[in-house]
Amino acid sequence: MIEFSAISPFVIFFASIATSNMILNNFLGMCSYLTISSEYKTATGLGKAVTLVIVVTNVINWLVYHYVIVPLNIEYMRYIIFIMVIAALVQIIEMAMDRYLPDLHANLGIFLPLITVNCAILGSTLFMIIRLYGFWQSLLFGIGSGLGWWMAICMLAAIRERMARAKLPPGLAGAGITFIITGLMALAFIGFSGIFTIQ
Amino acid sequence: MAEILQTIGSVTGISLVLAVIISLAEKWLNNYGQVNIDINRGGRTFTTEGGRSLLSTLSEQKIFIPSACGGKATCGLCKVQVLSGSGVILPTEIPYLTAQEQKDNVRLSCQVKVKNDMAILIPEELFNIKEFVGTVEELRDETHDIKLLRIRLPEGETVKFKAGQFMQFYTKPYGKVKETVFRAYSIASPPSDNTHIDLIVRLVPGGLATGYVHQALQVGDEVRLSGPYGDFYLRGENADELIMIAGGSGLAPIRSLIYDITEKGLDHKIRFFFGAVARRDLYALEEMAQLEKQNPNFTFIPALSNPADGDEWEGETGRITDVVARHLDGAEGKEAYLCGSPGMLDACIAVLNSKGFSDDSIFYDKF
Repeated sequence: MIEFSAISPFVIFFASIATSNMILNNFLGMCSYLTISSEYKTATGLGKAVTLVIVVTNVINWLVYHYVIVPLNIEYMRYIIFIMVIAALVQIIEMAMDRYLPDLHANLGIFLPLITVNCAILGSTLFMIIRLYGFWQSLLFGIGSGLGWWMAICMLAAIRERMARAKLPPGLAGAGITFIITGLMALAFIGFSGIFTIQ
Repeated sequence: MAEILQTIGSVTGISLVLAVIISLAEKWLNNYGQVNIDINRGGRTFTTEGGRSLLSTLSEQKIFIPSACGGKATCGLCKVQVLSGSGVILPTEIPYLTAQEQKDNVRLSCQVKVKNDMAILIPEELFNIKEFVGTVEELRDETHDIKLLRIRLPEGETVKFKAGQFMQFYTKPYGKVKETVFRAYSIASPPSDNTHIDLIVRLVPGGLATGYVHQALQVGDEVRLSGPYGDFYLRGENADELIMIAGGSGLAPIRSLIYDITEKGLDHKIRFFFGAVARRDLYALEEMAQLEKQNPNFTFIPALSNPADGDEWEGETGRITDVVARHLDGAEGKEAYLCGSPGMLDACIAVLNSKGFSDDSIFYDKF
C-alpha cells in the first residue's frame, strides 16, 4: 500500500503525465479522444479546454469535498455533487471566457459543453479523493492529468493526420486503426513505469 | 430517516448554491449593458440590451433576417455583413461562408453575440419583410401526412411577394412543447391573392413545427408569420421552357409559380415532374388538371416510385430522377426549378447537370 499523501506534488505532476496518463494508462475520456482526433488543430483546442477544466474542477471539487461533503457526512452522494459542480463550473467558465477572452472563446467555446461529460474530468476528481491527496497534490495532479490528456490527443491527431492518405486494409480504417495506434502508444508508455508510482 | 432528510437537504442546498452562483454569473458576466446598433451606415439606428444573438436582437426590432433553422447554424441563411463590433468568425459559421464572404466579414447573425456597439449592412429589401398575425381559414388533409394550411391576413393588410418565396411560421407552445419555434415554409398561393397565404406542411416524425400544424392547430386559430424571404422565384428571361421538379410538400412553391405564370399569361412551356412513393402520397391532381386546361403550355407529370398493390397506376413509375432523365433531352433554352428534400435536390441537380444544365440555370431553396 502506497502512502499517497506523502508523495511530493511534483512527482504526482510528472507521474500523471507519463506513468498514470489519463488516456494511455487509465483509458479515461476516450469518446472525445477518438472522435476529435482527426485534425491536429481541433485536437489541440480540445486538449487546452480539457486541461483548463480539469485544473479548475480539481481545485473546486477538492474544496467542496473537504469543506462541504465531509462535514455534512454525505460522502456517498459525492458523484452527483461532483457532476453538478463540474457542470456549473463549465457554464461559468464559458460565460467568463466569452466576456473577457473572446478570441479564446471562439477557439474553445464549442468544446466546453462537450467537456462537461468527459469522464477524464470526473475521473481526475475521483482519483484525487480516493488517493487522499492534499490540496497542492490535487492541484498538480489536475495540471498533470490535463497536460497528459492534451499530449496524448495531440500525438494521436498528428499520427492520424500523417496517416490520412495511407492505404489501409478496409476493415481497419477509421476506429480500428485508431485503437491500434492508441494501444501501441500505451505500450510505449509502459516504458516509463517504475520511474514513479502513484497508483 | 433523519439521515435521508439530511442528505436531501444537503444536496438541495448545494444545488441551490450552484444555481444562485450561475444566476449571479449570468447577471454579471452576461450583462453587456446598452449597445447601439447602426444599420446600413446610418440608415437606421437603435439602442438595445446586449448579450443576445444579433439575429434575435434584430427580430426584436422588427427587422427580420431570413432563418430556416431557428438559430442553430445549420441553414446558413441569416447572413449579415458586419462592419464593426463583432469578434472573429466562429468555426460553426465557416462551412456556410465563401472565401469572399469571410474577407468581407459576412457573419451568420445567429452566431454573433451582441456585446458592444455594432455597425452592420443588410439588404434594403429586408426592411420590407413584415410580420403578420393571420387566422387559419382552412386546414385540408391532402394526403395521410400532408396538410394544406390556408391563412387569412388581418383585415386591411396585404402581402407582396414573388411566387416561389417562403414565409417563416411561428408555432405556439402546445402539448409537451413549451417553446415557440419557427420554421420556413414556401408559399403555395399565387401572389395575386394578396390577402391569403397557403402553406403545405408534411408531418415529420418528431418535428416540433409540423407536429404543431398537424396535431394542435385548429381552424380559427391565430398564427404568426413573417416574410416573404428567399431568392427562389421565376427568372425565365432567357428560357422558353421551365422544368419544375418537386416531391411531397415541395409542390408548394411550384403551385404558386404555375398559378403566377398562368395568370400573367407568360408563354413559357412548363413541365412539372411531381414525385411520390405511392398513390396515397399524391395530391392536387384535380387542381393540376384544371391548370393544364387553363394553360395549354403546362404539362403535369406525376410519378410514383413504388406504387402499392391496388393503386392501378398507369402514369410514370420510377424514381423522379429517372423519370426526369427519360423525358429530358438537352438543356437548350431551359431553366429548372426544384423543391424537395436535400437528398432529392442533390440527385436532381446531378441528373440535370448530366443533361447539360449549368448551375446558374437551376434554382432551388435548400432547407
